[in-house]
Amino acid sequence: MMAQTDPTSDSNTNLFYHLRKNHVKEKVNLRLKDSTPGTRRPAENTAHRSSFLRFTDFTQKAQNTSLPDGSPLPNSPSSMVNQYRLEDDDEGKEDANTKDIFVTVDHPESQVTAIETFILYRVVTRTTRSDFDSSEYEVRRRYQDFVWLRSKLEEKHPTLIVHPLPEKFVMKGMVERFNDDFIETRRRALHRFLNKISEHPILSYSQHFQVFLTAQDLAPHRKQGPGFLSRMGETVRAVANSVRGLRSRPEEFAVMQEYVDDFSNKMCCMDKVSQRIIKEQREYVDDLKQYSPTYARWGELEEELTEPLKGVASCVVQCSKEAEEHIQHLSEVLVPALHEYVLCAETLKAVMRRRDNIQAEFEAKNEALLTRKAEQEALQEEVDVLADRMEQANNSLKGDWVRWQHSMKTDLRSAFISAAEKNVEYYEKCLAVWESFLVSQRAEAGGGQEDVA
Amino acid sequence: MITETKSTDPKQTIFPAVNCACAENRHQSTASSADSSSGGGSTLAAYNHGRLCKGTALLRKLEINVAEAEKRTGKNTVNMQETYTVYLIEIRPAETEGGTPAAPDTLWRRYSEFELLRTYLLVTYPYIIIPPLPEKRAEFVWHKLSADNLDPDFVERRRVGLENFLLRVASHPVLSNDKIFFLFLTEHFFVYFAVLKSLSAMFRVKNPDKRFTALKQYSDELNSVISQLLRIRARVADRLYGVYKVHGNYGRVFSEWSAIEKEMGDGLQSAGHHMDTYAASIDDILEEEEHFADQLKEYLFYTDAVRSVCRKHELIQYELEMAAQDLAQKKQQKEELATGTVRIFSLKGMTSKLFGQESPEQKESRLAALEQSIQEGEETVKEKNTECQEFVRAAWDDIEHFKEQKDKDLREALISYAIMQISMCKKVWTFILVCILCMYINS
Repeated sequence: MMAQTDPTSDSNTNLFYHLRKNHVKEKVNLRLKDSTPGTRRPAENTAHRSSFLRFTDFTQKAQNTSLPDGSPLPNSPSSMVNQYRLEDDDEGKEDANTKDIFVTVDHPESQVTAIETFILYRVVTRTTRSDFDSSEYEVRRRYQDFVWLRSKLEEKHPTLIVHPLPEKFVMKGMVERFNDDFIETRRRALHRFLNKISEHPILSYSQHFQVFLTAQDLAPHRKQGPGFLSRMGETVRAVANSVRGLRSRPEEFAVMQEYVDDFSNKMCCMDKVSQRIIKEQREYVDDLKQYSPTYARWGELEEELTEPLKGVASCVVQCSKEAEEHIQHLSEVLVPALHEYVLCAETLKAVMRRRDNIQAEFEAKNEALLTRKAEQEALQEEVDVLADRMEQANNSLKGDWVRWQHSMKTDLRSAFISAAEKNVEYYEKCLAVWESFLVSQRAEAGGGQEDVA
Repeated sequence: MITETKSTDPKQTIFPAVNCACAENRHQSTASSADSSSGGGSTLAAYNHGRLCKGTALLRKLEINVAEAEKRTGKNTVNMQETYTVYLIEIRPAETEGGTPAAPDTLWRRYSEFELLRTYLLVTYPYIIIPPLPEKRAEFVWHKLSADNLDPDFVERRRVGLENFLLRVASHPVLSNDKIFFLFLTEHFFVYFAVLKSLSAMFRVKNPDKRFTALKQYSDELNSVISQLLRIRARVADRLYGVYKVHGNYGRVFSEWSAIEKEMGDGLQSAGHHMDTYAASIDDILEEEEHFADQLKEYLFYTDAVRSVCRKHELIQYELEMAAQDLAQKKQQKEELATGTVRIFSLKGMTSKLFGQESPEQKESRLAALEQSIQEGEETVKEKNTECQEFVRAAWDDIEHFKEQKDKDLREALISYAIMQISMCKKVWTFILVCILCMYINS
């Protein structure tokens, strides 16, 4: 099933191609063998769909001149992609029509006080909801405020999946805290965070969320609520419970836990691979750029050849520009999306832990109920409360899990597609650059060249 | 919805068909290098052949091929075992109308024998720009290619380069008539004879022909520019290779990820497969680029040949100037002897001053000897002058021919480079498109 490289063979180098083909096949096959059994889906499930896209069919039929379904290669691949995207967008529009709250994060501004310097972001809310006094709000918030909001949400709903915030300032790469790129990346992530909350069926109705969006001064609100000490108490309890250990995890949550661990691994890998790709592409472009001054220099040496040489030099310059744009897009769209889901994976792990703790607490009390004969009534009450709490926690998680999975798929799919589309665009543009060079050469030669489709 | 486009056979776009009656049939229906999907459209060999075949008498009679390469082991001149590669030269009489293709005459030659032939040509036709041989050792490698002379990829590219060399010589109006060249192609035992190395000593030329000076400078600069291009190319190839291979990692992670997802799984797995294919496609892409690099390399080596001719001119010019200078000196001496004045210091002059004048008989005989010497000197100068003029005329003839050839070849090389880039873009975005489709369809 592994793909064969298409031999644009030429008879003289056939021996060589024979060698090369085998060489490639071997390498690819080796990789297949290395992957552990069971990491690939069984063939039966994929048969009817993958047959549509099996590469071997593709090469046999089309030889790079048509798509798998036999239709000819479009002149503009972007137009073809757009076609599919339009069909897809129709689904998304439904959700957009039912949305009744819109939040944006923008206009980061530096704020200097005697003690510290920090960035304030503008948060604008537009809503038709009745529980909001007004339909439009504009407030200024700093990163700490977002952190406060998130911790409140998690406190109130320990087993709901609350979207993660961008990380606190990370030393990696020696990025300055007030570097423009860093601020912009963070702003985008904060914007996504608030939008994720506002799209959540439960979290978007949270009192804290409303306060965050509407209060001109958040400070008085931040002082309320369970204080530091009570949070400490919770943590101690949680640790104690985890020491006791869980009796047993219900099947569905065991599956969930396994998924979360695997998912976390995959996301980390993806993140790393994407960053590596960007790095390699940057190095490629840097070296590619060196072609053009050399071709230009050569052009100056020559007479008849000056014009084509300068043409090639200019082609290379243009292609490098396109490549840089492509890389820029990757780092603005794909990398942040993947990174976000790396953080999501951590969130999921925390949610699973909290759920486990709730279960552990219940089990502990339940055990006490069974062993201690005195205080039966009081204990029974407590056990009931905890049982309720556990059931609610489990149900919340189950419900939110489905929603989260769907959201994850949409987000990641769209990020990959966007990256791939940009990639196609890059090649389209390069192609156009070289084609216009060919046209100019043919014009020069006065039709002496071969016709190229 | 999707517009129709003309189908493009990548082979045709890369190697535009060039008609050549003697080679066409053979190359299109070649049995030895069968590829069932090639049916029609030119190949590299046909392109090369058509490009070079200018209808010299030799090529009207014969078809020349370097068909295969083989490894041999044997004892060398110092009686040690060594492994080397030999190449099969195939000579066929050119096809006549209605005739069946005859069986080829074949013989095996190794690289060093080609070198000997070329050195012979260099010495015998000093005013001609002798076509270069492919690299002796792998230079300008990027990491994927080994620097090993026995590496099959290197051997293959060398084979093509050797065939190119033979075709270039065979299509040269002067070189193709050389008897030794013919023997090289047909006789099993090549006659080894001692060959003179051209002088590499530094010497000053007083009145260099400006055209040759300019040519030498051009040749040096061209050498430098092409070397730099090839170096950059090696680096860029390395980088591009890295980019593609990392995409292979994507493929692996996609596939692993597909195993844990219920809904997205199919799409991810398909995308993963295509990612792998995309990653593997770099080998082909870089291989096609190799052809362009080889074309550049040929002209890089040509610059050495051009330089040789310039140096040979300098040598001849130098000899002429020496002869002229020698003659002038002798004339001066005669004048001094006749008039008795000493303008140039000479030992004879000094001794006669110290030890007294010579006798009239001695003076007469010395004058006569000088007169003789001057006569001979004038003959020499005349000869050298003629030699020089002849050389310049013949050389410049070949140089014009070379310039035309170079302009045409390199222009075509640049065009086919552009065509290759286009074909590569199309190929690659096909892969990506399919990946996108996977994502859309399986959601």
